[in-house]
Amino acid sequence: MPDRRPPSAVPSARPGGGAVPAPEGEALLEVRDLGVEFVRRGAEPVRAVDGVSLSVRPGEVRGLVGESGSGKSVTSLAVMGLLPRRSSRVTGSVRLAGTELLGMAPKRLAALRGDQMAMVFQDPMSSLNPVVPIGTQVTEVLRTHTDVDRAAARDEAEDLLRRVGIPDPRRRLRDYPHQLSGGMRQRALIAIALACKPRLLIADEPTTALDVTIQAQVLELLRQLVGETGTAMLLITHDLGVVAGLCDDVTVMYSGRVVEEASRRELFGRPAHRYTEGLLASVPRMDAPRGEPLRPIPGTPRDLLPWSRACAFAPRCAHADRACADPDLALRELQGLPAGHLARCAHPALPESAAPVTAGVGA
Amino acid sequence: MLRFLVRRLALLVPVLLGLSVLLFAWLRALPGDPARTLLGERATPAAVERITAAYGFDQPLPVQYVTYLGRLLQGDLGTSSRTGEPVLESFLLRFPATIELAVAALLIAVLLGIPLGYAAARRHGGPLDSLLVGGSLLGTVIPVFFLAYLLKLVFAVQLGWLPTAGRQDPRIDATHVTNFYVLDGLLTREWDASWDAVVHLVLPALALGTIPLAIIVRITRASVLEVTGQDYVRTAEAKGLARSLVRRRHVLRNAMLPVLTTVGLQTGLLLSGAVLTETVFAINGIGGYLFDSISTLDYPVLQGFILFIALVYALVNLLVDVSYGLVDPRVRVS
Repeated sequence: MPDRRPPSAVPSARPGGGAVPAPEGEALLEVRDLGVEFVRRGAEPVRAVDGVSLSVRPGEVRGLVGESGSGKSVTSLAVMGLLPRRSSRVTGSVRLAGTELLGMAPKRLAALRGDQMAMVFQDPMSSLNPVVPIGTQVTEVLRTHTDVDRAAARDEAEDLLRRVGIPDPRRRLRDYPHQLSGGMRQRALIAIALACKPRLLIADEPTTALDVTIQAQVLELLRQLVGETGTAMLLITHDLGVVAGLCDDVTVMYSGRVVEEASRRELFGRPAHRYTEGLLASVPRMDAPRGEPLRPIPGTPRDLLPWSRACAFAPRCAHADRACADPDLALRELQGLPAGHLARCAHPALPESAAPVTAGVGA
Repeated sequence: MLRFLVRRLALLVPVLLGLSVLLFAWLRALPGDPARTLLGERATPAAVERITAAYGFDQPLPVQYVTYLGRLLQGDLGTSSRTGEPVLESFLLRFPATIELAVAALLIAVLLGIPLGYAAARRHGGPLDSLLVGGSLLGTVIPVFFLAYLLKLVFAVQLGWLPTAGRQDPRIDATHVTNFYVLDGLLTREWDASWDAVVHLVLPALALGTIPLAIIVRITRASVLEVTGQDYVRTAEAKGLARSLVRRRHVLRNAMLPVLTTVGLQTGLLLSGAVLTETVFAINGIGGYLFDSISTLDYPVLQGFILFIALVYALVNLLVDVSYGLVDPRVRVS
């Protein structure tokens, strides 16, 4: 069982050696300078994602962390090509195993979706079709991408449901979503996503809608399945506990841009961006003294500046000053931090100044 | 399922019984005296009395009701005070024309409305969408008799493509078994008679079907738009399913639920709303007959008509509920 809390305690090394940066290799998913703008007639376009780059290697789990509205879900939908064509403009590059996905013909992209890349959505209540039996919702993806007949698809669906831990799968195939509990529905969604053994699995807050005991089960299931098959996984979450339990590397987003990128151990041990620092500090700690007040980040994600003028986090940041009003604030490597740990911050929490924040953490 | 049907049908009995009581009291509360209305202003008191006694209007209301109910249960709807003919006989002669017209109108509304509504939703915000939304607004506000005259003028009188009036060309010596002319032609294998009845139905059915058509276009459009934005449609797209499969299995199936309800609700309106259309196209349906019955306070006819409409309405909506359960497992009856 993954120990989910307290998340700021660096978890012990995972099976598979996730604690050290994953072995260098060709990235399966390579997102470069991704931009998403939502356009509406008669209104200024809204930039939801701006210059996001990230990569995921086979067998690696990358966490994509941020508050609601930070652009993490939009990023994942852009990767899958699921953004509405007419109201959104996607720029940059998304490569899956070297193949550019942006601008690909819809039919070719559909052939990849569900087969090479699949997605687990966050709300299992609304993400399954209420009027179609579970079995059909699993078999339709098999029948679309593989050459199986009806009976074989049914057997395989049964097998899939069993593998994700749904009891009595034969009977469940005939059931409708409303006859399943939330946890079972999320398992069914995972079974659908895994049906064609995708090389890339995107999980968008797969546990948010579930209660805590079920959350742990679903996370453990995802970890097992990814570990067994060498699937690359992009895990979108706002829950640092999930990150601690599952991710190898972490990308932190704020207001549409990446503000920090690091391995999990680095991020929890030495958060450099003040936003990440605040996120970690705001998590309640079981080992904190009784009566210790919580330390939330002040303000809301809506108190932001456009990145074109300054650091978007500056209005909420205790360390903000004139240097933060730099429109060209770059995501860069910082002195004193290992290579691969990047942050977009004028006043990063560097090791010496970060010491009080991480005091008590066995980093 | 069978138990559900039986229960719902059993429930119809108290509903119709209650309705018959209400109707009975209600109609007699209307101003006017049927005998006097029938005989005219200069009728002698003796004549009025004779008619009143002949139809039992002189008896206390509860007695009249019980007598009426007793006959009703034996399938006797009474005798028209206006024509002196048995009501049931007149109904069997005239209702088929109205039902045929209503069914044709409903077919037009459903068969055109659902694809048009779907097309509008697919091109949400585009010129076709605007055209259909505007057209359906026009369709709901245009008076039926005006549209009926317009259609008749253009397609029957000016262009001469379709017949101007009636249900069938009288030169076709058709055999009438059920008085549903289209059906009769099929039953007797008189194909030309059947076809001629269909041709005669086109314009009236278009006129009568316009309002339900407009409503179905709007409901389908709104419903498809709503369903398209649902998470499960995105899930279906994330699976890489063929577009046609996403539409058929994930969008349309869910979008049809509100449309089904609407169709059920329109049926009653179509039957009772056929009067104007029947008048314009000189169709000898229930409409004109009913109009005359209202103006002469023909109680038995009015009672029989409303009870029949209520029965049809209830049965159609039972059918809608059953098919609702077939589409949506969440409301499926156990």
